[in-house]
Amino acid sequence: MMNKLIFGRYIPGDSVIHHMDPRAKLLLSFYFIGIIFIANNWLTYVILFAFTILAIKLSGVKWSFFINGVKPLIWLILFTVILQVLFSGSGGHVYFKWGIITISQLGLVNGIYIFCRFVLIIFMSTLLTLTTPPLELSDAIEYILMPLKVVHFPVYEVALMLSIALRFVPTLMDETEKIMNAQRARGVDFGEGNIFQQMRAIVPLLIPLFVSSFNRAEDLATAMEARGYQGGEGRSKYRILKWQARDSWATVSFVALTIVLVLCRA
Amino acid sequence: MAIDFKQVDFTYQPGTPFETKALTDINVTIPDGSYTALIGHTGSGKSTLLQHLNALLKPTSGTVTIGDRVITPTTSNKDLKSLRQQVGIVFQFPENQLFEETVVKDIAFGPQNFGVNEADALKTAEKMLTLVGLDDSLLERSPFDLSGGQMRRVAIAGVLAMQPKILVLDEPTAGLDPQGRLDMMEMFARLRQEQNLTVVLVTHQMDDVANYADHVIVMDQGRVVKTGTPQEIFKDPAWLVDHQLGLPKTTAFAQQLMARGLHFDPVPLTEDQLAAALVQQLPATVFGGAESHDE
Repeated sequence: MMNKLIFGRYIPGDSVIHHMDPRAKLLLSFYFIGIIFIANNWLTYVILFAFTILAIKLSGVKWSFFINGVKPLIWLILFTVILQVLFSGSGGHVYFKWGIITISQLGLVNGIYIFCRFVLIIFMSTLLTLTTPPLELSDAIEYILMPLKVVHFPVYEVALMLSIALRFVPTLMDETEKIMNAQRARGVDFGEGNIFQQMRAIVPLLIPLFVSSFNRAEDLATAMEARGYQGGEGRSKYRILKWQARDSWATVSFVALTIVLVLCRA
Repeated sequence: MAIDFKQVDFTYQPGTPFETKALTDINVTIPDGSYTALIGHTGSGKSTLLQHLNALLKPTSGTVTIGDRVITPTTSNKDLKSLRQQVGIVFQFPENQLFEETVVKDIAFGPQNFGVNEADALKTAEKMLTLVGLDDSLLERSPFDLSGGQMRRVAIAGVLAMQPKILVLDEPTAGLDPQGRLDMMEMFARLRQEQNLTVVLVTHQMDDVANYADHVIVMDQGRVVKTGTPQEIFKDPAWLVDHQLGLPKTTAFAQQLMARGLHFDPVPLTEDQLAAALVQQLPATVFGGAESHDE
């Protein structure tokens, strides 16, 4: 067991958001990322935040998970914000100017908007992964990709690969932890020393991991074949996705949000 | 070198919804020079306790004293190397940790990490391979070409090459055939004699506990529920069943004999002890009768 929390991991729960159809959640999350770009003044951002906070409240997941979701990306966000602030050109009051670098009112406001966009996108996508089991998510992706079958895109195979990959993330984590422990017991220091020492320390971890992954893949293939696995057309499903009233309501609320944003934007 | 646990608690992922308490109020000593068996059913906290023996995990509260080093919840992760050199852990299925191109390099990996130069480490590696009962001809082979049993021996040699004072074994015979199992256990007993090791054995094999250990720690639900000699542990079969543990085969057999009127005190743990106790108790007429039959 990893003694730390993995960012974006599914948290079991019993909320409306948890019970939504994964297809609805996935599509609406993408839709949300799209409509964030409609916002262009304070009021619209406040509306977006209010909407996001309401969704988070409905999910019943603790705030700290969302804050933790932003943390690993904070440097990337700040870097983008600083670029935006410094190179936005002059608009409104200019506070500082040196060569091509300008800090203006417009730049500062744009910087804050960019920061808000990042936070909103991270919050909403974290909400998706925290409230949807990975396998449901891959079912949703399979369903959404279905139209691509027309152009002979291997939808079933991709979905199966995705499910297997997701299924084995925790297994691989456990395996990594075990091998790290074994190598630590043999005197390896992970995450210490200069970059070359750290790269060398990874080798005794990666090789056993590859070896065991290949072995496991072979075992899995044998087990699937022994049980007569056959993918593709005509294969029935254990988890059946059902579009329910709450999914329609969620969709309606997103459409309403879009209309409000369009009306309120500058 | 002894290891001493004082009021040790350990919790995985504290402060998250995945929080699980694995160890509660552990007070236990692994005496210097002992052959300690750690038993308990799956999920009783054995593996968590094991990782405290060389500070792979640090207690959430309480202290672990390993030799003269005291590990507390705030001990820094740096500077634990000498500790890890002194306490060698052979994890479950240790063959999974092999990675080098050749057997000899893999065995020499541990000592080199602890500052032994390459030439000396390779020399030690050759010695260790013989010690675990493998042939010199394997030295330059790839560890991935060996059989499962051989790989396990190579991995064990890799831990022994660090020349630890305490050897910790986590179910070292899991998945081996009966002969391989016996060979392996005899090997550890021999190594302990030759190298003067303190041994900690985590196992589900009560026969191994009876045959080799001199000190037993029983765990259940993250607590130490009993410590003592194998004699003390195995004299109460009902208590063992309560904690989802069994008896060694010999002791179980003796229990059946006791149900039919024979008497053993102390309860025999090994075949030799059982035989000796039987000879004393069976009426002379049985042996006499057999002799008269021969005549």
